[in-house]
Amino acid sequence: MARTDIGPPDFRTMLPEAIRNNYGKWLYHEILKPGVMRHVAEGGGELYTVRVGSPRLVSIDFVRDVCDMADRFCDGYLRFTSRANVELMTPKKENVDGIIAAAKALGLPVGGIGDCISNIVHTQGWIHCHSAATDASGLVKSIMDELYDYFTEFKLTSKLRIAVACCINMCGAVHCSDLAVVGVHTKPPKVDNERLGKICEVPSTIRSCPTGAIRKNPDGDGLVVNRERCMYCGNCYTVCPAMPLADPDGDGLAIFVGGKVSNARKAPMFSRLAVPFLPNNPPRWPEVTAALKNIVEVYVKHSRKYERLGEWIERIGWERFFTLTGIEFTEDHVDDFTTATETYRSSMQYRW
Amino acid sequence: MSDTPLLDKLEEGRWPSFVKEIKRAAAKNPAARDLLGIVELSYKDKITHWKHGGIVGVVGYGGGVIGRYSDVVGKFPAAEQFHTMRVNHPAGWFYDTKTLRKVCGIWEKHGSGITNFHGSTGDIILLGTKTESVQPCFNDLSEAGFDLGGSGSSLRTPTACVGPARCEWSCFDTLDLIHDLTMTFQDELHRPRWPYKFKIKASGCPNDCVAAIARSDFTIIGTWKGSIRINNDEIKKYVEKGVDMKADIVDRCPGSALSFDEKTATLSVRPDECVRCMHCINKLTKAVRPGAEKGAAILIGGKAPILRGAFLSWVLVPFMEMKPPYREIKDLLAKMWDWWDENGRNRERIAEAISRIGLKEFLKAMGMKPLPQMVKHPRSNPFVFYNR
Repeated sequence: MARTDIGPPDFRTMLPEAIRNNYGKWLYHEILKPGVMRHVAEGGGELYTVRVGSPRLVSIDFVRDVCDMADRFCDGYLRFTSRANVELMTPKKENVDGIIAAAKALGLPVGGIGDCISNIVHTQGWIHCHSAATDASGLVKSIMDELYDYFTEFKLTSKLRIAVACCINMCGAVHCSDLAVVGVHTKPPKVDNERLGKICEVPSTIRSCPTGAIRKNPDGDGLVVNRERCMYCGNCYTVCPAMPLADPDGDGLAIFVGGKVSNARKAPMFSRLAVPFLPNNPPRWPEVTAALKNIVEVYVKHSRKYERLGEWIERIGWERFFTLTGIEFTEDHVDDFTTATETYRSSMQYRW
Repeated sequence: MSDTPLLDKLEEGRWPSFVKEIKRAAAKNPAARDLLGIVELSYKDKITHWKHGGIVGVVGYGGGVIGRYSDVVGKFPAAEQFHTMRVNHPAGWFYDTKTLRKVCGIWEKHGSGITNFHGSTGDIILLGTKTESVQPCFNDLSEAGFDLGGSGSSLRTPTACVGPARCEWSCFDTLDLIHDLTMTFQDELHRPRWPYKFKIKASGCPNDCVAAIARSDFTIIGTWKGSIRINNDEIKKYVEKGVDMKADIVDRCPGSALSFDEKTATLSVRPDECVRCMHCINKLTKAVRPGAEKGAAILIGGKAPILRGAFLSWVLVPFMEMKPPYREIKDLLAKMWDWWDENGRNRERIAEAISRIGLKEFLKAMGMKPLPQMVKHPRSNPFVFYNR
């Protein structure tokens, strides 16, 4: 039997020599070109990093491919970023071009550092999730194909972070990304009362509903859902599998914009709803990729130096955002959740 | 004619394709091949074909494995059971290739050969194995020095930014702290017993590269006291290279703390007005550095919208020294978990419990004095529960 509670390997055993020697002694860094940066330490130690995009969902042969690159150029060490990029690091400047060529030979993009779109943080979708309203990997692939040049070139006034979540559980920082695509359900759960009694705990299922939309059937056994009060969050389905709410026609995508987590200039902010609903249209989701491309292009055209998407919108105002992007403002955009009144305007300062 | 005409469309285009990756695994493994079939069906039906997880696990743990079964019976037998194993990554996601190849070998032997490097939790995600293979796979992982990550109502796998390993801005050793906390709280990580999940993330500076403020209940972000450090010889070089110090640096300072003297090409700061946002440091990497008295702030409550709306973490401890053995932070965690265990409802994250019961009560329970750094502004209503 296996040993338990041993924890992960100690990261100190996984560091290349150039990092071991300069740990905590780094002085500055500079971005040399898309996907390449150079760190310099006190005493002159150097480290070059090449950032390579990956599809996140990979075969073990992919992992072996990047290991081969690391063996060839980086003394057998590499790291991954929180956004599923691969980073190849070397103190030898002459190795940088070799790493870039090797990545290109594998069909992998080099970029994602600085004023770029980096890799997309995302969830499992139809690959592995029971509550998914859409696929995540397919959306990410379609979006990054469309916005590829923003990863490999400096075309933005600031960095731009995208996240994709396949339902509003949002496993990923979707609620604080510059651009966020979220799978949404729009139909209430279809209660399977026959299974419900066998596999679910009725009181906890009723309690799971944040709006009190679930109650006992007054005319018989089982539960009923008050359609008017259901906000399609799926919490009841997580608690009770006999409350499925996925629906091929009802499910779709919403786009949220303007969130960030960094404190640079403006404080961290939530993403806000820009597009309430687009059809779930696999395998390429053309409506979603077109909507994102439009927002990115309008942002590039109108934003000032260093301005994150949310900072740009704050400066020009949401009313101008809707005018410039041509996105229609609808009743879905008006908040009616518990914290709604904070979002209503109480000033005479607005634009036409 | 291909069996997967819809997925094949996702092999086109310039971005690397996950479909190509599943097909690489499918060439060697029947579970990966049948996964293609199940996902193709989802693309056709526009609905997921995965059911709720069942109880699947390894001896001694209550989490780390996500049970997953397909609702398509008979057609794709090799992927009918397609469980996930979460494997705790080394802090900072650093690896040597020998170790990584070992993980690949283990997954080739026991699973589908499909993985995420990494999942949103930070773990290595091994996607797709059968119930009977879970324990043998864990045994081999353990032999190779790896352990499972968190799942369910437990401490989730803590994560850290790259920290002092490759960043000049890190105000404490994020990697050492996260490794230490992970080792200290192994029991909390592997054996779910709380109202709901609990996440810890550490970023070395206010740029927050691991999104700790948005994605962790317990957020640790590096910061400093005293003045930023300015090297005016380097400032002069930036000016010579054409940087507009006034427009791009001084005017963008949210604290209005910077001044630039054009005659002498000197940048200066009024430290009391600096909010440590990182803008000048980010843009003038050779000339401006964080202050020398370094530590971290502790914030609490970051989470996604389910259930009572999304929260960005709230400031709880504006400054804490962050040095081994990290006694103060560990004591605080233990005290919080006790309070949450006592007061939290089923499926209620700690921030939701605090927002229901009140920050005031929570601070009392933690033995903390209220500080103005904890709020954006004081209350505007007069409804004070006076306690005089």
